[in-house]
Amino acid sequence: MPTRQRALLILLTLCLLAVGSFGMALMAGSLRVPPGEVLGALFGQGQDSAEIVLQLRLPRAIAAFACGGLLALAGALMQVLLRNPLADPYVLGISGGAGVGAMFALMLGLPVLAVDSLAFAGALGAMFIVFGLAHGDGSWTQTRLLLTGVIVAAGCGALVALMLAIADENRLRGMLFWLMGDLGQSTQWWPALLALGVGLALAMPFARELNLLARGQMQAQALGVAVGRLRWVIYLLASLATAASVTTAGSIGFVGLVVPHLVRLAAGNDQRLLLPASALAGGSLLVLADTAARTLIAPQQLPVGVLTALIGVPVFLFLLSRQPK
Amino acid sequence: MSAPLIETRALRVSIGERTVIDRLDLSLAAGERLAILGRNGAGKSTLLSTLAGLRQPAGGAVLLDGEDAHLMPPRETALRRAWLGQFHNDPFGSTVLETVLTGRHPHLGRWDWETPNDAKLACSALAAVGLDGMEKRQIHTLSGGERQRLAIATLLVQAAPLYLLDEPLSHLDLNHQMAVLELFAATARDCGAGVIMVLHDPALAHRFCDRALLIQGDGQTQCGTVDEILTAPRLSELYGYQLRQIDDAGRRCFIPE
Repeated sequence: MPTRQRALLILLTLCLLAVGSFGMALMAGSLRVPPGEVLGALFGQGQDSAEIVLQLRLPRAIAAFACGGLLALAGALMQVLLRNPLADPYVLGISGGAGVGAMFALMLGLPVLAVDSLAFAGALGAMFIVFGLAHGDGSWTQTRLLLTGVIVAAGCGALVALMLAIADENRLRGMLFWLMGDLGQSTQWWPALLALGVGLALAMPFARELNLLARGQMQAQALGVAVGRLRWVIYLLASLATAASVTTAGSIGFVGLVVPHLVRLAAGNDQRLLLPASALAGGSLLVLADTAARTLIAPQQLPVGVLTALIGVPVFLFLLSRQPK
Repeated sequence: MSAPLIETRALRVSIGERTVIDRLDLSLAAGERLAILGRNGAGKSTLLSTLAGLRQPAGGAVLLDGEDAHLMPPRETALRRAWLGQFHNDPFGSTVLETVLTGRHPHLGRWDWETPNDAKLACSALAAVGLDGMEKRQIHTLSGGERQRLAIATLLVQAAPLYLLDEPLSHLDLNHQMAVLELFAATARDCGAGVIMVLHDPALAHRFCDRALLIQGDGQTQCGTVDEILTAPRLSELYGYQLRQIDDAGRRCFIPE
């Protein structure tokens, strides 16, 4: 069990990692900006490179950080809610719903704002359908919730495939990039960052109760957790966090599943540490992955979802193999 | 006499459409121990979780310390009774010490972290069930009996005046069965705790409890002192199997014919 001091120390380290990832993101690119100029730009000493740093790279890095943090937070919450280590933010069909909305808008060639709005509406729609169906008889057990979510996700997947099949040839690439996750399309960075702040602030007061919930609903209730209300809150929080992220950057895979496990392997499963640590680590990972995605074979950009998996898989396997049995 | 730790008024408990307990009036004072016996599926665990306030009664009420358990905030309930469930499974890893410390939850404020004092309580609870020195072990490396004792240690640190134990002896070997029963007998005697436990061995129920409640599974129940309730005729009828009773120096044992 981490003490409060140790938890703060780990969070501080992760903050440094986040700052480092931002540094990389601001420096790297087709125009390399040295560290001094980056600092100068951030503190308002206008040079030629300042515009690139402040107008292009910083908003994108913030959006990446916010999305990564949201996904990791949502993943950690879903894993506790469903008491299933394989759960990720998308398991309950939120990204599927967002995907249907976004594909529809992209297929018709609607403007970016409409894509975002329809994606968010789709995510909310999927969320309410799953909740309504799973909650129907008042039991809303993990299994029922999980099955409902998986079925809704499958239905959304079919709709997405259908729209891809009938879409116009020249819109196909944009649609595929959205599905794999791409930060180049994000127009606004602040809604995701705001959502991350609010989500974390709302989840943290329940962190110790989540520790108990992970051990079983009856046990948690016996120890004084208002389980019904807590699961409601967690479901809403995780779903809205996921919706905010997919609306901003499409369905970036892997971060939400693996970052909570990475943090768990490194720092234990105390949600008081796990939730903020996951948010920081997930954010940093996505900033790094996005930087790599836009620089590796520049000027062409890679979908960042591919990069998150390419970075995450070896790290995860390494941590797993060095765990004592 | 202070108010009873727990009291039921015309309690009715149903599983689906089936009523397993009907019009049960029961009360348990400090220091008393009650055994619940019945066939598999008779509703013993369901009754126990209803007594714990984890399940809504189909009728009547459960009062903890004179207040309706179902209207109480869960945290308040957790300070008045501790409940030991039958099943423990953990999808996520955790150490023994972390697991025991979860028992302190109702005593901690929302932003509190466990203090060294809580850790001290946890360690002495682990020692009480013979798990001292295992604090750092991962729980999935424990055996079934060790898991059961860990759950009992978690219950002890919850430090509630009433213990509701669902098959506390499951997975335990003989010496630990006796140790656990002695432990709760001592807690009842020395700390005035009330203990209600679901047991399968009428001999142990006779030896370690003051009263017994037989559950027939069709709504009928019989309650009384162990001497009067735990007899061969009654138990033979309860289990549907002929038992012979042997009395020896105030203790009683039952041999299946």
